[in-house]
Amino acid sequence: MSDIAIHGITKQFKQVTALDNVSLDIKNNEFFVLLGPTGAGKTTTLRVIAGLEKQDRGTVTFDGQPVDQLSPADRDTAFVFQQYSLYPTMSVFDNLAFPLRSPLRHVAEPEIKQRVQKAAELLRITHLLERKTARLSGGEMQRVSIGRSIVREPRIFLMDEPLSNLDAKLREALRVELKHIQKTQASTTLFVTHDQIEALTMADRIGVLREGKLIQVGTPNDIYDRPATTFVAQLVGTPRINLYRATRENGSLHIMSSAIKLPTPNADIPSSILMGIRPEDVKITPDGELGGEVALIEPLGVETVIHIRMGEQTLVCLVPGLMPLMIGETVRFDVIRESLHYFTTDGDRIAV
Amino acid sequence: MATIELEKVEKKFGTSYAVRPMDLTIKDGEFLVLLGPSGCGKTTTLRMISGLETVSDGHIRLNKRDVTWAHPSDRDIAFVFQFFALYPHMTARQNIAFTLQAQGVPNNEVKQRVDNVIKLLQIEHLVDGRPGTLSSGDQQRVALARALVRQPAAFLMDEPLGALDADFRETMRAEIKRLHIDQHATTVYVTHDQIEAMAMGDRIVVMSAAVVQQVGTPQDVYHNPANLFVARFIGSPGMNLITGTYSDGQIRLSAGNVYSVPTPWQAALQRGIGSDGKVILGFRPEAAAVSANGELGAQVYSSDLHGSFTMLHLNLDQNEIVHVRTARQTSYPIGSAIRFDLDPRMVRFFNPQTEAAISHEVQP
Repeated sequence: MSDIAIHGITKQFKQVTALDNVSLDIKNNEFFVLLGPTGAGKTTTLRVIAGLEKQDRGTVTFDGQPVDQLSPADRDTAFVFQQYSLYPTMSVFDNLAFPLRSPLRHVAEPEIKQRVQKAAELLRITHLLERKTARLSGGEMQRVSIGRSIVREPRIFLMDEPLSNLDAKLREALRVELKHIQKTQASTTLFVTHDQIEALTMADRIGVLREGKLIQVGTPNDIYDRPATTFVAQLVGTPRINLYRATRENGSLHIMSSAIKLPTPNADIPSSILMGIRPEDVKITPDGELGGEVALIEPLGVETVIHIRMGEQTLVCLVPGLMPLMIGETVRFDVIRESLHYFTTDGDRIAV
Repeated sequence: MATIELEKVEKKFGTSYAVRPMDLTIKDGEFLVLLGPSGCGKTTTLRMISGLETVSDGHIRLNKRDVTWAHPSDRDIAFVFQFFALYPHMTARQNIAFTLQAQGVPNNEVKQRVDNVIKLLQIEHLVDGRPGTLSSGDQQRVALARALVRQPAAFLMDEPLGALDADFRETMRAEIKRLHIDQHATTVYVTHDQIEAMAMGDRIVVMSAAVVQQVGTPQDVYHNPANLFVARFIGSPGMNLITGTYSDGQIRLSAGNVYSVPTPWQAALQRGIGSDGKVILGFRPEAAAVSANGELGAQVYSSDLHGSFTMLHLNLDQNEIVHVRTARQTSYPIGSAIRFDLDPRMVRFFNPQTEAAISHEVQP
């Protein structure tokens, strides 16, 4: 496994800038997730690292050595795609063994057998080894695809939304397994997704991409607790963060179109800002300082989403379990001051 | 205003059932969700209510009137599809007005009703554009407006949010529910997304393999699932389900774990377990609490941050992973030993042979 670095990568497709001066260090054995909406440049980044796409500017290095002149095969990366491309007439075993049987590799059969067995155990597909891949379910096929990349023992795993085609329950299960395997096998992995839950739950570090630019790099805690911009703040967390325009008046921040006033965290804060409140940072309590009217209740089982109307604004909050509230009822609540987020009107985080 | 009754309604294609005989009463003003994986029969049920699909047997009544063989247009029901079928050459406003005009509603009334619904959905800024210029979320808002403007007796919605991305889905979910609270029109809503069903439904009908598995409030299906299918399907992740052997008030689980069954359950288990003495213990991830002297032991398989909380995945033995919800920032190395307790009010039991929940009279 290897340290992977890209430096100043720019890639243009006709008029469109897919990647704009992107630099990134992925440490040896790190699980790095690139998160962003469709068209952000995530897949292009993977393809540049794999050598499937040639960047216009910038360099890619593996363990400090530039690989820009190397062919994809010589870079020794393993790609896992959203669409599993297995050989339908071959058994699972032969599909897993296929990359090792390449004449370029000269791996002896006993070793092939051993490596296939080990990968199959990791992915819990030992019982499927003799089966033809055409007779597998979607989840099993994706396990085999991942297994096929594992047997190669590449320098880096490049995974392009490998869980997106699976149903919700399967995605949940594979997410947990993939993370376990990555941690116990200690393999450098660059994983691309648009799903914030995948990013938060699996990553050692997350890089947020938007329109070809890297907006923020940090641990899941960094990204969730200290989003660099309103874009990042809204990208992670469900329900989404509440975001309001607020103005500073006589030492307090007034949320526009509402009666809500909160103390300013410090005197330097601009007179007009955006304020972010995560739904779980609202505490409904009879002696709360703030008030509003219950507009909507969404019971999700483990927790309940409550929409509180305050003036013309709606505050979405998340409370554990079930709360005996009625629509139209007046509720009192507090917000955890230390957990509030402040942004400039352009959307950049204000440190307080 | 509408009450919809299904009496022994079934649908067969050849010899196979798409929907096995089902009885269901949808109350006036109710928001009822048909939930299940693809192929479970939920959409077929909805289409039979609408008249787009004939029934193989049984009766459908709308406000006590038998409409089993009535033409769809005679049922006074509006259908909202996953894919907003808007006319591309008309503006959004023309799309909304179209059905009323086709029905011969006088022009001034059309204008008034269209204006009202536009205001209600707060789409004033969208209505002069053609559908092609609108985002998918806005197109679905227009489709919704077109259904609402008819003031039908009932709404039938077939995964109306399915084509939207996650962000929009959350917003639209709240909008549709809020609209229902204001209008109180009887609504039957089909989805495969259990979170959507929980968030929106007054009651949920869980279906699988053409059979109704359970009908209940979100709280019912979450806390008191009728069987293993519902226990697994509802919740994210689903209920933890571990098999053991019951005797003398204790369940022997794998890897030497022994669980003491709360006293109120013991008589019920004595009656309800399988003939081989096996029983399945079920608990939600939030029903378990990590504790140094906890009753059950396991190894950490993985742990991860979900934003507002951390989920611990524990290995009870090789092939049995349970999920435990803990406060944020608790971090446990892979492989470390953990002990945990179960909240006695939140444990459930199932018979592994029938897959049905074992009930005991006094629900905690």
